[in-house]
Amino acid sequence: MPEARVIPLRPDDDGQQHVPQTPDASWDEQVAGGLDFLRRRLTGEYETDEFGFDTDLTDHVLLPVLRPLFSRWFRVETHGVENVPTEGGALVVANHSGTVPVDALMTTVALHDDHPAQRRFRLLGADLVFDLPVVGSLARKFGATLACSEDAERLLCADELVGVFPEGFKGVGKPFRERYTLQRFGRGGFVTAALRTGKPIVPCAIVGAEEIYPMIGNAKTLARLLGLPYFPVTPTFPALGPLGLVPLPSKWLIAFGEPIETAHYGPAAAEDPMLVFNLTDQVRETIQQSIYRLLLQRTSVFS
Amino acid sequence: MPPAVVLVTGVSRWLGGALAAELARDPAIDRVIGVDTVPPSAELLRRLGRTEFVRADIRNPMIGKVISTAAVDTVVHMNISSTPAGSGGRGPMKELNVIGTMQLLAACQRAPSVRRLVLKSTSAVYGASSRDPAVFTEAMQARRVPSGGFAKDSLDIEGYVRSFSRRRPDVGVAVLRFTNFIGPRIDSVLTGFLRMPVVPTALGYDARVQLLHEDDALGVLARATTGDFAGTVNVGGEGTLLLSQVIRRLGRLQLPVPSPALGSLGRFTRRFGFVDYSPEQMRFLNFGRVVDTTVLRTEFGYTPRYTTAEALSDYAHTAPPVVPPELVGDVTTRAQQLVARAGSVASSVGTTVHGRLRPAPASPGLRAVRDA
Repeated sequence: MPEARVIPLRPDDDGQQHVPQTPDASWDEQVAGGLDFLRRRLTGEYETDEFGFDTDLTDHVLLPVLRPLFSRWFRVETHGVENVPTEGGALVVANHSGTVPVDALMTTVALHDDHPAQRRFRLLGADLVFDLPVVGSLARKFGATLACSEDAERLLCADELVGVFPEGFKGVGKPFRERYTLQRFGRGGFVTAALRTGKPIVPCAIVGAEEIYPMIGNAKTLARLLGLPYFPVTPTFPALGPLGLVPLPSKWLIAFGEPIETAHYGPAAAEDPMLVFNLTDQVRETIQQSIYRLLLQRTSVFS
Repeated sequence: MPPAVVLVTGVSRWLGGALAAELARDPAIDRVIGVDTVPPSAELLRRLGRTEFVRADIRNPMIGKVISTAAVDTVVHMNISSTPAGSGGRGPMKELNVIGTMQLLAACQRAPSVRRLVLKSTSAVYGASSRDPAVFTEAMQARRVPSGGFAKDSLDIEGYVRSFSRRRPDVGVAVLRFTNFIGPRIDSVLTGFLRMPVVPTALGYDARVQLLHEDDALGVLARATTGDFAGTVNVGGEGTLLLSQVIRRLGRLQLPVPSPALGSLGRFTRRFGFVDYSPEQMRFLNFGRVVDTTVLRTEFGYTPRYTTAEALSDYAHTAPPVVPPELVGDVTTRAQQLVARAGSVASSVGTTVHGRLRPAPASPGLRAVRDA
């Protein structure tokens, strides 16, 4: 009879638990924690920062709500998380797609749950986001702020991990037939912010978001009436009504590339438009290449 | 060099009176002259000490005579009204703010004795909109220029003060952009708003609020008057709170109302002399405003003693809560004990049934403390 060997199931378990409510937390502890959370919310005894980031609400409500979507529905795989610095500021630049910016939310979960340092992702959002009631205030509580150079530089200087989607509405609202082709990368404002603060740029490619709401049409008149940049028509929306709001369960891959250092250029380099254009193109090319690589890796859209 | 003769306008209000009283206590200052259109209350008059009160309207050229005969060298302009309610309507308010400032500046320009001008301005000049950067520094301007009300007046006033300082470059001009005042004694738009037991707010919006304790406001004004800082400086406490958080910390009830309805509610409450929901005030309550106070701490040389949260809790002493936090704590603690008991019963039942050992539940609530 061969000798029995004890193989540790979790060799690296040194007692450090991830924030997700682990299944071994008994139900009564969970309820007690929930009551404690309720007490804090009712008495206002929690902290928010100058951008309106509410860590208490994010950790106990917003992230837990997004987690099932992240792990069950889209089965997100995170690659190259070691390329994201464990401390200090960095600018994560990603492609934008999916009609509704779910990709930003999923990347936030990925960086919090899959990064060893559980980094908080500070998103830069379009002004439309902050114009909308409920959405705007929730976005601020989730750690987002307006995409402007002042806020980006302030966050980077405070050693935060800042997320930007330079394609903006051109990326999220592009028709399905143009999937996985990057749009113009804004005016390179993100490169200027990184150069001024000397923080690295981490290119990030997101595959899978394109298929959640395949946009086959755009009701332009309706969009203009509602003051939106586009009004999506998908195979299920608005034909199936609220049922059309359920995203298709595509398989997602999020990959972080090697950081592009900017510190050696010096802050004055932000005034050199040629360098800014070149760096913008370099970041864009890197992301486009890794999108192609990830697409080859993915065997089918839904698995 | 400390000032010899100081003139304070708007001395009958709390902050103006407190500043005059503070300056009157300083033996290095020869004379303190307080100006206002209404006489100070008997209680304030007692505190004013050796301050000489002159009942004058700054909209009237007579203010020039006061400045020249007393050889005033430092003028502190605080007679700026932030709500129409306090000055009898929007028309008189604008008159007092803009025309009053113009008259005062005209008088200062003629008076060779004036060496220093301190303006109590406001961070409302940055406006409040969804397109604002999160934090304003002194060099930034409003993204959406305020179109009316107090903020527009303040912008105009700052403009006149800037042109005054161009014409009289020998005068040191300090422009203090204050955030919202709070404290047990001061009366501001915000304190009136937060004193209501049920606070109506705009549904779906939550403003970031930065507060300044009244003692710090006084400290900054006194330092600006006696010191030599020239330029513009943001004045606010450290840290911010969300409006919902402020309401909860004060034990008030929040009533979210759709913003169009809030406008008519505002007109209704204003008629009865309650809180003012001017369009400008509503924009502030939707988006809020935060200013960077690096210049205050480094160049101006004053670090506020109260943070935003501390200033609020000091104010809370004077505003008895509608929902006491102890009650909330009591109820949740009791519920937690109940759950813990139920949990231990369930686990002991589980142990006997399955014969499987399960660790006793740890002290409840520990799990949630980690992030605090």
